Amino acid sequence: MPYPIETNPDFSSYAHPEALVSTKWVEENLGQKGLVLVECDEDILLYSTGHIAGAIKIDWHTELNHPDNRDYIDGEAMANLLSAKGINRDDTIVLYGDKSNWWATYAMWVFKLFGHQDIRIMNGGRAKWIEEGRELTKEVQCREQTNYPVIERDDSTIRAFKDDVIAHFGKPMIDVRSLPEYTGEKLHMPDYPNEGASRGGHIPSARSVPWGKAVKEDQTFRPIEELNQIYRVDAGISDASDVIAYCRIGERSSHTWFVLSYLLGIPKVRNYDGSWTEWGSSVRVPIAKGEEPGSVPVSF
Amino acid sequence: MSTTVGARELVEAFQEVPTSLRLELLLEYADALPELPARYADHPELLERVEECQSPVYLFVELDTHRNVKVFLTAPEEAPTTKGFASLLHKCLNNEPAQDVLSFDESFVDNLGITELVSPLRIRGLHGMLARIKRQVNEKML
Repeated sequence: MPYPIETNPDFSSYAHPEALVSTKWVEENLGQKGLVLVECDEDILLYSTGHIAGAIKIDWHTELNHPDNRDYIDGEAMANLLSAKGINRDDTIVLYGDKSNWWATYAMWVFKLFGHQDIRIMNGGRAKWIEEGRELTKEVQCREQTNYPVIERDDSTIRAFKDDVIAHFGKPMIDVRSLPEYTGEKLHMPDYPNEGASRGGHIPSARSVPWGKAVKEDQTFRPIEELNQIYRVDAGISDASDVIAYCRIGERSSHTWFVLSYLLGIPKVRNYDGSWTEWGSSVRVPIAKGEEPGSVPVSF
Repeated sequence: MSTTVGARELVEAFQEVPTSLRLELLLEYADALPELPARYADHPELLERVEECQSPVYLFVELDTHRNVKVFLTAPEEAPTTKGFASLLHKCLNNEPAQDVLSFDESFVDNLGITELVSPLRIRGLHGMLARIKRQVNEKML
């Protein structure tokens, strides 16, 4: 039985209101059986400074990535990880984190590669919880080990590889990085060091929609009317679109993947996790510079 | 290249604990970063922004009359990893002779045994802080 969904008028206009919960709802449902609260932050020490009671931590860097290859862990490693964390296959996972849930949506995207059914994002994330004066604890609660099944990772539905991007030319692509990264003026996020792309710019024809546009100042998602304006009207995405989103390593674009898939209800959205660190270092792939998307490469 | 007593103590402290507890140790250092003295806390314009860090990290360096280095660093509470790194550098370099700071061997970071636990971006942030400290010391020695 899936855990009851939150009935919240703020979410009802979204395509999948069941994928969101409010901070208030989380507080009211703390400690309930079948509900697992998971914190995933960019700063991996934040959880230890205080977290929501009963929440467990997922470390995106050491736990979700393959230790050697540039890839995610496989089905067996994921089964071991989630079993050790005390998560059952039919549990409802509520994810939250820092930076407007940037990393929470990234963890959700990785969990979805393994088809975990019921995952919800706490709207506003860690910052909103704290802003509202809700309690944090440093106490780490150990959940009883479970027996999460080995599920083969599905890379074909919500994940795109470089070859998929090349085959995708002519269909919508969204570059969610900052504008200076998109134009090629910078190789990396403002204030972030370069993480290894050798060329600047963007994938030709990709539209620039920085990921943070989807959230308000309190870090909650914008109402559907505003999201529709940003993505459907301004960026030209429709329900019939086959969309690929990318950023630098696939984390910011997970946020946009969530917005497009669950809030707008676009059926086919893939995240290109190789993103700019792969494309911008690849030999012979076309690159566009400047603020214009650029045309679809014809002879490529 | 040289090292300092503080750096040696840090490497020992990190090596003594199992890998799984090293992040907790880093957090303890984050909590131990001294507050800025009022003359900097009230005048943030005197501090230099560490552009290599993801979070707003600022630092300033002074030389005392014996040419020992005083390092002042600040990092936000919501970026404990970065704050921890700032604190490590403070422990390594504060009150050390300027020459030793300039020739400080930054490979001590590799010996802490945390490079696999934190993302490469963070480690670069730490190197960014160190490079700026060295540059400021250089400028002040002229």
